[in-house]
Amino acid sequence: MTDIATMPRPVSFGRRLKRFMADRPLIPLIILLIILVVILQILRPGIVNERWLANTAKFAIPLAILAGCQTMTMLTGGIDLSVGTVATMSAFIMATQIVNQDPTVAFLLAMLPAVLIGLVNGIGVGVFRVHPLIMTLGTSLIGTGFLQVYQRTVIASGAKIPDFLNWLGTGVTYGFPNALLLFVPVAVLIVFMLNRTGFGRLLYAVGDNERAARLSGVRYWQVITALYILSSLLAGITGLLYIGLIKAPSLSLAEPLVLPSVAAAVIGGTSIFGGRGGYMGTIIGALILTVLTTLLTILQMPEGGRRILFGFIVLFVTAAYLRIVEDR
Amino acid sequence: MSRFFRNQGWVAGLFALLIFLFVITKLIQPGYGSGDFGSLARAVLPYAFAVAAQTVVVIAGGIDLSVAAMMALTSVTAASMMNGASEEYALFVVPFVLAMGLVLGALNGILIVVTRVPDIVVTLAMLFVLQGAALLVLGAPGGAAAEWLKASVIGTVPIPGLPDWADAWVPKALVLLVVCLCIVWIPLRRSRLGLSIYAIGSNELAAFRSGVPVARTRIIAYALSGLFAALGGLSLTISTGIGAPIPGPYLLASVAAVVLGGVALGGGKGGLLGPIIAVFVLRLVRTDLTLLAIDPNVTAIIEGAIMVAVVMFGAFITMRSRPAGATP
Repeated sequence: MTDIATMPRPVSFGRRLKRFMADRPLIPLIILLIILVVILQILRPGIVNERWLANTAKFAIPLAILAGCQTMTMLTGGIDLSVGTVATMSAFIMATQIVNQDPTVAFLLAMLPAVLIGLVNGIGVGVFRVHPLIMTLGTSLIGTGFLQVYQRTVIASGAKIPDFLNWLGTGVTYGFPNALLLFVPVAVLIVFMLNRTGFGRLLYAVGDNERAARLSGVRYWQVITALYILSSLLAGITGLLYIGLIKAPSLSLAEPLVLPSVAAAVIGGTSIFGGRGGYMGTIIGALILTVLTTLLTILQMPEGGRRILFGFIVLFVTAAYLRIVEDR
Repeated sequence: MSRFFRNQGWVAGLFALLIFLFVITKLIQPGYGSGDFGSLARAVLPYAFAVAAQTVVVIAGGIDLSVAAMMALTSVTAASMMNGASEEYALFVVPFVLAMGLVLGALNGILIVVTRVPDIVVTLAMLFVLQGAALLVLGAPGGAAAEWLKASVIGTVPIPGLPDWADAWVPKALVLLVVCLCIVWIPLRRSRLGLSIYAIGSNELAAFRSGVPVARTRIIAYALSGLFAALGGLSLTISTGIGAPIPGPYLLASVAAVVLGGVALGGGKGGLLGPIIAVFVLRLVRTDLTLLAIDPNVTAIIEGAIMVAVVMFGAFITMRSRPAGATP
């Protein structure tokens, strides 16, 4: 008996590779990122320099924060499709209110819709048990409606981008984008929260087995409501950062980031069914997508082609992860 | 038996609500007549097909998030094919676009069956893909529709033996809708296939053990959904005369109408009549808001809020009824 138990059974290479991928999802992701950068360098020799790095980081950071919203909600088996609208709302409100208001007041006004939408999302998902996808889609429609009404009231006063957001979004100090000043604390906070705090463990617990979590005394609706408010707040802050980067307030400012943010979290190894994943993978996923976008731009692939590719990536990666989990 | 009465009762109640709304409309706008009813029928057309597409899949126990994107793709395909082409060419375009919807819908089903990824993720990925494809077909709203197609939804159908005033209340758009839906739905409902669709939605395992070909039935359900979505896309092109690559708010509207129409989101229950009446109810509410001279953007907010409230209510009912259904 002991002989059989201790004898190493032959494991096929494919199986070992799968297990390795499942245990350390970050390594294949980093390899993929490096491959993409090498391809870029081959296609356009000399493109990879200090300026390119700073630029890539600048565009990857808003995507990575929004993907953080997706990561956290996906851990509970949800998704937050209202992040684009929330980011756009807070950016637009900030840009228009700063004209007549004190910066602090403008900031608080900009964060108000984020909190409200997060609260409604949380109540809808946590209390009424609406599917998160439908719920967040609905609130984003309502939010867009409000934004259009709001736009008409401020059309006379005009808009401007606060200098501080300009500095934060586009500025570079000693080769490092200033946006890192915002991103590094946010990333550390999310990683710390997910891995080291009770709230983070609750998210994993709810996503892994909701019934078990409930039976162990987790207040499901409280966790979910807090989660969606947090997600919305992060999206609002991303909007402020993004307006400093794009510098043109519009009613569809952050919408193009929604699909990639879902894709980034999925690529980063977070399961869309909940319970598995982490933020480090998501950050690398966001970097991969940003480099991929640069690559596709160089190859002159149109926006439509990009969306098709992102769709297939989400489907393929989800199917692949499903296989890996089933095998274990 | 009591369930039968309960379901029919729901539809009857909904119909009463519709009549009630018509009375309200007449009170708000005493001049509301057959012409306005005709434009209501035209406005309902794409929504009704979107709802039919969603209903088939929801009855089969799934959900199709790609409905709106599928409509956008079929709409732009039809519009760009008919652009500058002869009137007769449209005779080829219509079956081509319908076949395209059928095939793409079947692709949805095949991907779900083969990859074993849940419906919601597959159709979300397909939403990205179809949106991208729509952008590739037509980068900006444009294209054209054949004159005879445009004429097919405007005006009324002369019925021999009916006086003119009654004739005026039979708009072509309504007749087109009823004919299209009946041609597909009534034979389906009476066939073995229709029964299988209800069976896999009600209890997949029981259906499998009773010899229902689950995989094939699911693929056919999605193919039918694609066909209805293609009809929706065509009707969009016909009624606007152009194709727009950005999907309208049809996804949320379709889910809301399905819920309001008495089709359980878990599957296996309900029919097509309820959701179609629900669409009329939702559109008529919009008409009333417009007649009350409410800002169209505010109308969008109210409409979105109603839809979200309906979905929340539906989820709440499903949640309440589940424990009761488990212990009969």
